[in-house]
Amino acid sequence: MVTTAPTPLEERLLALAGSVPDPELPVLTLAELGVVRGVHVSGPSRVEVELTPTYTGCPAIEAMSADIERVLHEHGMADVEVRTVLSPAWSTDDISAEGRRKLAEFGIAPPRPHTADGPVPLTLTVRCPHCGSTDTELLSRFSSTACKALRRCVTCREPFDHFKEL
Amino acid sequence: MTTAPRTADAAALALGDDALVLSHRLGEWAGHAPVLEEEVALANIALDLLGQARVLLSLVGDEDELAYLREERAFRNVQLVEQPNGDFAHTITRQLYFSVYQHLLYDRLATTDSELAPLAAKAAKEVAYHRDHAEQWTLRLGDGTAESHERMQRGLDALWRFTGELFQPVQGLDVDGESLRTEWTAVVTSVVRKATLTVPEGPQTGAWTAGAGRQGLHTESFGRMLAEMQHLHRSHPGASW
Repeated sequence: MVTTAPTPLEERLLALAGSVPDPELPVLTLAELGVVRGVHVSGPSRVEVELTPTYTGCPAIEAMSADIERVLHEHGMADVEVRTVLSPAWSTDDISAEGRRKLAEFGIAPPRPHTADGPVPLTLTVRCPHCGSTDTELLSRFSSTACKALRRCVTCREPFDHFKEL
Repeated sequence: MTTAPRTADAAALALGDDALVLSHRLGEWAGHAPVLEEEVALANIALDLLGQARVLLSLVGDEDELAYLREERAFRNVQLVEQPNGDFAHTITRQLYFSVYQHLLYDRLATTDSELAPLAAKAAKEVAYHRDHAEQWTLRLGDGTAESHERMQRGLDALWRFTGELFQPVQGLDVDGESLRTEWTAVVTSVVRKATLTVPEGPQTGAWTAGAGRQGLHTESFGRMLAEMQHLHRSHPGASW
């Protein structure tokens, strides 16, 4: 994609594509998740959208593409192409501050910011999204989806998902 | 119109087949894992690998045709990933040997100008979790009960002879096999010793083998695995749901 400054139309379409809710975590928008990389209008009512997957095998990417196409069709773009791009690789650091706040509110401990390459050492504290305690333990590195780990709060005893760092 | 085969295709096919075949093997644990958390963990690792396989095979051709319509001899995966699951310790050994290799390989590949570099950079972050999962289980089983220790050692010994193939040169893959072997050996040795287990001493290739998976030569159980994996697609071409 050519990296020229976006036109007002492109900015509007980018906002529309970014407003689509994540199919797995509907409290988050795709913009807050940080997966919409760019929008390029390449002709009258023709637009290309660059979307990056969280995990390479994430099955939600197909639903995301379909939802973006639908929203942009509804706003007059007849020809919408959603392309998957891998580079630069998505990171949990791409989730916005508002996205993190919503995750915690939804009961999912947000990812910690990266300090170095690779997984964050699991000995660092993850706060319980229910009671706020920092005394939590890892139950499994993999949970309901590839992007989450399963933890339990030692204080309130509730299990919870943790959006693990990638 | 015919185009000359690209050297990157050989590399994408080899790594794509590794990921596809191991993904299928891990998927066989669904409904059989020792605890629910492991059921979910193995399925998630399988899903990551399937995603990597789809990207890699799509660089070569039609992903479905490549996965479902090739004969055994056309697959280029290493023999390690096609080995049957065995008991849980056996599967963890396969995960340890393979995910350490894949992590080191992808990390190196990510810094090259290869067509596979973007995928490698992304997948390395996922595989870091697979490796951590395998290392933690190796420690737990090796330093667990007498029974788990014995089973883990049995797994390490049984799969050792499939590890030499990991360091063979692959066409189109600009990675130094010897430095990969040195680092892999150091990592595996450190985890295995910490788990109070013993690094196997035998040869890292079977004495009888005429070749290996990268040349399209596979072990007995692979044909049966493929038959099961491809059965639906071959019986109902173009089926979807």
